Amino acid sequence: MSIEIKNVTKKYPGYTALDDITLNVQTGELVALLGPSGCGKTTLLRIIAGLETADAGSVILEDRDTTNLPAREKNVGFVFQHYALFRRLDVFENVAFGLRVRPSGSRPSKSEIRDRVEYLLKLVQMDWAMKRYPSQLSGGQRQRVALARALAVNPKVLLLDEPFSALDAKVRQELRRWLRKLHDDIHVTSIFVTHDQEEALELADRIVVINKGRIEQQGAPQEVYDHPANAFVYNFLGNVNVFHGRVKDGKVLVGDKLIEAGPASGIHGAFDGQAFIRPHEIGISRIRSSANDLSGFIRDIRLMGGQIGLELETKAFEKPIEAEIPREAWRNLQLSKGDEVFITLDRVKVFTGDYEI
Amino acid sequence: MPPFNRNKRHILPGFGLSMGYTVFYLSAIVIVPLATIVIGAFRMDPQAFFATVTSPRVLASYRLSISTAVFAALFNALFGFLAAWTLVRYRFPGRRVLDALVDLPFALPTAVAGICFATLYSPVGWIGHYLDKTGIQVINAPSGIVIALIFIGFPFVVRTVQPVLAELEPEIEESAQSLGATRWQTFRRILLPHLFPALLTGVTLSFARAIGEYGSVIFIAGNLPLKTEIAPLMIMSKLDQFDYDGASAVAFVLLLISFSMLLVLNAVQRWQQKSYR
Repeated sequence: MSIEIKNVTKKYPGYTALDDITLNVQTGELVALLGPSGCGKTTLLRIIAGLETADAGSVILEDRDTTNLPAREKNVGFVFQHYALFRRLDVFENVAFGLRVRPSGSRPSKSEIRDRVEYLLKLVQMDWAMKRYPSQLSGGQRQRVALARALAVNPKVLLLDEPFSALDAKVRQELRRWLRKLHDDIHVTSIFVTHDQEEALELADRIVVINKGRIEQQGAPQEVYDHPANAFVYNFLGNVNVFHGRVKDGKVLVGDKLIEAGPASGIHGAFDGQAFIRPHEIGISRIRSSANDLSGFIRDIRLMGGQIGLELETKAFEKPIEAEIPREAWRNLQLSKGDEVFITLDRVKVFTGDYEI
Repeated sequence: MPPFNRNKRHILPGFGLSMGYTVFYLSAIVIVPLATIVIGAFRMDPQAFFATVTSPRVLASYRLSISTAVFAALFNALFGFLAAWTLVRYRFPGRRVLDALVDLPFALPTAVAGICFATLYSPVGWIGHYLDKTGIQVINAPSGIVIALIFIGFPFVVRTVQPVLAELEPEIEESAQSLGATRWQTFRRILLPHLFPALLTGVTLSFARAIGEYGSVIFIAGNLPLKTEIAPLMIMSKLDQFDYDGASAVAFVLLLISFSMLLVLNAVQRWQQKSYR
């Protein structure tokens, strides 16, 4: 089922949660709404689900305008951040709930309900826990039950509101992959909200980056990551170093070095801009490889697992530069605190104007 | 509960002292006074005991006390629940004032309440003179007793249901709705089972309070023998006649009734809770 969101606006006293949002989701797609907290992404999800009403605009599910339908008539599956399972019902009854409350005409028979619930619990690998109560399950297990419960009513679309953010890192990653696989199997059109860029990049077919109630960019994860439309998107998708610099004729003056402003920028004329570079895009070497290399000292080394984080002090910049190199490279270079290194910033991206996160 | 183990070290210090204090305090405040009633009742000649507690006046008073307390508790269950709902779920000007007013029956001397009701419902009172025309009798009648008992039991239900209702996340209801449940189904299948233990506790307390209420009732009940005499009044009148044994006998039965009621309700609650915890 496709979802069409047209010019949806939602204002609260004092601020605008959603400002004229238009978004299409294709049948079977898994879309991530990514943005910082308070950017309006959850509000949008709740409007689609009918748990909140839009001030203007419309939500069309499969050619049907559902803007003003109450939640219970939308036939939308909703998974909450904190599971929202029914504590007084066991796992089986939680999943069966949506089927049991149907009007008697369309309610499936007892054996049909049993079959459906058992099928779904098998699907989410929770069939062993049918008689358990939510309080006896871990967070990850609860969220899987919540997912089965949402799927029980054969929803047109599945909406997930930060489904993994209450779980610890390991379980989160596991469940993320598992959800991706589940989606590949059942292909229900899904939108999930997250503020975790890694989650969005790994899980989604398409990412919609939202900030302050507006869509900043949308596209495939790779595309958004490699070709961010603006400074906000670039910044939000990962760690960055920011340099303020003067841009002229496709080059940017960063400190006292003039660096190519990157192929995507295509900028002519002179203006003040910001240059961004991700820590892992910074080149580190013991010897000067070009005249554009900055020289600096290693102020601190952080072991981050597979990657090694370096804090580099340079004459040109007040703030230290954050760099990341693979553990291999770190070992080969035999770097230690206080060593002098040469820093290559060739891969900077330039965006116009000042930008505030 | 695991069996009590004397050798087990408690993480919290001071168990011996605080346990000793608790036992002493409970003994001094609850068990010893109640024991005097039991002892008094047992000291009596069994035949005299039976004759006292089965005399028509005493039996009628038990019947009246229990039935009015049940009515009042049921009434409070419904309207106390509604009040708790209103106070938790809606935001309106004056909510805090209303919230504070709920506790007033706790704080007010019950005799004051009794006088208020007696004035209000007397044949010349504000409400009483309308009732007088329609022929409904409140003063000197069981219905008057029920009104007084509703008044004094009301805060119990509100105050037990309110916090449970407040901690229930709105997401629970939202998820029920997005699964297609109507408002009524959400209430019936999700909210009510969740609130039931608290409601039961409130009703129990309200009932227990009503059984023993004296001050507010005697002003409105009229205390007509066999008609509007409540059980505590029977004890009072026996004491007035220096019939201490008779008073103990009546009190003993009242104690048994209250205690067994509390036990039954407790059992219901345990059975209800066992299923999901």
